[in-house]
Amino acid sequence: MDSIYEALVNIVGKEYVSNQPEELYIYSFDLGTAEPCQPQYVVSPRATEHIQGIVRLANKEKIPIVPLGGGLSLAGLAVPLKGGILLDLKRMDSIIEVNENARYAVVECGVSQGQLTSYLEKNYPRLTHSEPGAPPAATLAGNVMIHGQGDLAQPYGFNSDLVNGLEVVLPTGEVCHIGSVAIGAGWFTNHPLPDVGLFLGWCGTTGIITKLSIRLFPCKRIRGVGTFVLEHEDLVPEAVYKLTHTQMAEDIVAFSSAIPPFASELQQITVNIAADSEKELEFKQEILWDDTLGEYIHRGEGAYLGFVRHLQRPQISKTSDYKKGGGFEYVGSIVPIQRYPECYRKGREISERHGIPYTVTGRCVGAGHSMMFAWTFAFNRADPETIIQARKALHETDDLVLQLGGVIWKPGTYGQKLILERLDPGTKELMGKIKRLIDPNGIMNPGNWEVA
Amino acid sequence: MYTLKFDIEKCHNCQTQACLTRCQHLDIDREVAQREIRKIARGEDSFILHDCLTCYACEEYCTMGNHPFYLIVEQQEALNIPPVPRPLIQRAVNLGVPFRGEPEIGEVHGPVLNMAAFSDLIGLIQGRLFEGLTVISTDDRKMFHYFCQLMYLHYARSSVIKERLPGVINTINRHKPTEVICFHDECYGTYTSYCPAVGIDVPFTPIHFFEFLHRRLTELKEAIRPVGFKVAYQRPCSSRLSPDKHHFVRDIFELIGARYVEREYVDENALCCAGAIQGQRREGSRKRAIEMQRKNINDMKKAGAEVCIFNCPACFQTLGSLLSAEDIKPMYMSDLCRLAIGEKPMEWR
Repeated sequence: MDSIYEALVNIVGKEYVSNQPEELYIYSFDLGTAEPCQPQYVVSPRATEHIQGIVRLANKEKIPIVPLGGGLSLAGLAVPLKGGILLDLKRMDSIIEVNENARYAVVECGVSQGQLTSYLEKNYPRLTHSEPGAPPAATLAGNVMIHGQGDLAQPYGFNSDLVNGLEVVLPTGEVCHIGSVAIGAGWFTNHPLPDVGLFLGWCGTTGIITKLSIRLFPCKRIRGVGTFVLEHEDLVPEAVYKLTHTQMAEDIVAFSSAIPPFASELQQITVNIAADSEKELEFKQEILWDDTLGEYIHRGEGAYLGFVRHLQRPQISKTSDYKKGGGFEYVGSIVPIQRYPECYRKGREISERHGIPYTVTGRCVGAGHSMMFAWTFAFNRADPETIIQARKALHETDDLVLQLGGVIWKPGTYGQKLILERLDPGTKELMGKIKRLIDPNGIMNPGNWEVA
Repeated sequence: MYTLKFDIEKCHNCQTQACLTRCQHLDIDREVAQREIRKIARGEDSFILHDCLTCYACEEYCTMGNHPFYLIVEQQEALNIPPVPRPLIQRAVNLGVPFRGEPEIGEVHGPVLNMAAFSDLIGLIQGRLFEGLTVISTDDRKMFHYFCQLMYLHYARSSVIKERLPGVINTINRHKPTEVICFHDECYGTYTSYCPAVGIDVPFTPIHFFEFLHRRLTELKEAIRPVGFKVAYQRPCSSRLSPDKHHFVRDIFELIGARYVEREYVDENALCCAGAIQGQRREGSRKRAIEMQRKNINDMKKAGAEVCIFNCPACFQTLGSLLSAEDIKPMYMSDLCRLAIGEKPMEWR
């Protein structure tokens, strides 16, 4: 009998462990173009204590351990590159606390974006959170782990900037708390204690987030999307700069795509607006469309398309339906907004070179501080040749991001390699020291961010 | 190339110049109207070409059977005076490009209901009203093969309509229909007004959707129970191209016991939804659209309307949520008819 399997059963119970090929197969790939890699075990813990036990076991056996949230990163970040134990965290799905006055929620690591959205809509209609463009099954913990951004990114920045506190199981099995909760003062702030936040952006290579506190924000009675269209990509940075100056948008996204045809060669800018009254809404609309962007209309370069009430989520994954076969993966990057025109033009060239209809999207992060720019490549899941073409296009785009002076967002192994080649030696050494110190056996999601 | 049949002699003989003097958005007398329409007909610039909100109403106001609105649009294009900014034109022209393969053509040899570019509203086509009727353009991935193109009148692009429309007519005709019931009255206006005006042959018989509904309700008269709602009707711009069918609104309401409220903005004095106006180039267009919508909705409220009935999905999309916020329920005519015969429309609460 398999002793590791037996040990895992002792920790979580027989129903929540598998080493059966059909289940291992399901966990061997994600929805993108990454090559599949099979784990030896899949475990679904329900409590922090379970995770501690599993991590201690993995250390003892020196077997890799890979945490998995919604499995929607697309970049192969939760594909078990070196096998081992795949930790499916979706059972840890309790919303532990919502503090209405201090506007935060404490959730377990398996709580999904859609779950929190619907919970807030039902129980706290005056609160909302920054929901990313991923499908609703994406988890909050997974999203902050990759420095995701949501539909409140314009005023509040990256979702990982909205973390008030964490509970983490370290690679050696200890539990630690980050933020005010570390001194038992509740989950309301991440500051002002000494910064030991070594877990965000590390893709599960330094520990497993088991609980987190995330900031919530006022949810206004009317929320909707206004759309503006510009005839040329060179106009986008200036228009976004002007929009961010108003401080009246919840979200600003620019996009262009070959399919559907109406979006082709034009730059559409969607602006999410929220208001508690018609008066407030019209005040904001007047400032945004008439006062701020009116000059583009008068010159015939831009056009107002209207305002639609209610938010439609998610948007970006709809791209997968634009080509036969339903597959898509994108390269995300964090770049200065001024780079939008080049990002659009060069990304389009790459798409066309590989015979893929182009799709590009840029979401404004902060008050124009940066933009998450994404190049999406559709492929046919049933056609290996199109997968290869998409993978080539993705790798070329990873190179492009760095050429343009940007940073690859949630890079896969190819992108990580490019970054590590350019990384400041001092920084790389520090990362290596941290990694060796807290994960001495190198069991945490190996194959990712290998600096040790 | 197809050419608009516009007879300037009819304008010379016109005693009213109602096309422009009755325009709800211009304030001009007969003398100015006469001068300007002649200038437009001669291919000269006119302030009308710049100020037109593209509401289509002058097509109905014209008492001479001429086509003042089609003329205005042709001249806006010829003189490059588009009512909307360039990217909006490009976006709209691209919108109508089919991109998801060819439609499946089945020969019907009977009447068909053409959903045109509103395949996603197929859920409205249910129940006894539509029993036995073949529906075409039911796949929203292929619907632009059936798109009548007349929307481009709002964009000063008659050339696009003339270029694409024969192909669309051919697609519909390949189904071998005996009658084509037009779900949207813009399609009906295309085939009965625009096509004859520019010389495009229409090889099938178009039927207005409301005429069809009235016919079916008459057949199902025994099943009708008066709905009793106080209703307003949002008349779409394209209805101006078939004013002879507008009486079916009142006829249907009478048949099903809906109480048609007395309003200022009704029939020939109807206000358009302003969906096509908000994005226009003229200074203040967005606010102008809001003002029109507000006037329209306030008029419905003042008249005591509980329900607003629509033919046009674009009007529904533009005004629907604004009406709901004022406790006036937006509803398609077909859904109201279904209620009257005891059926429960989709999403009815």
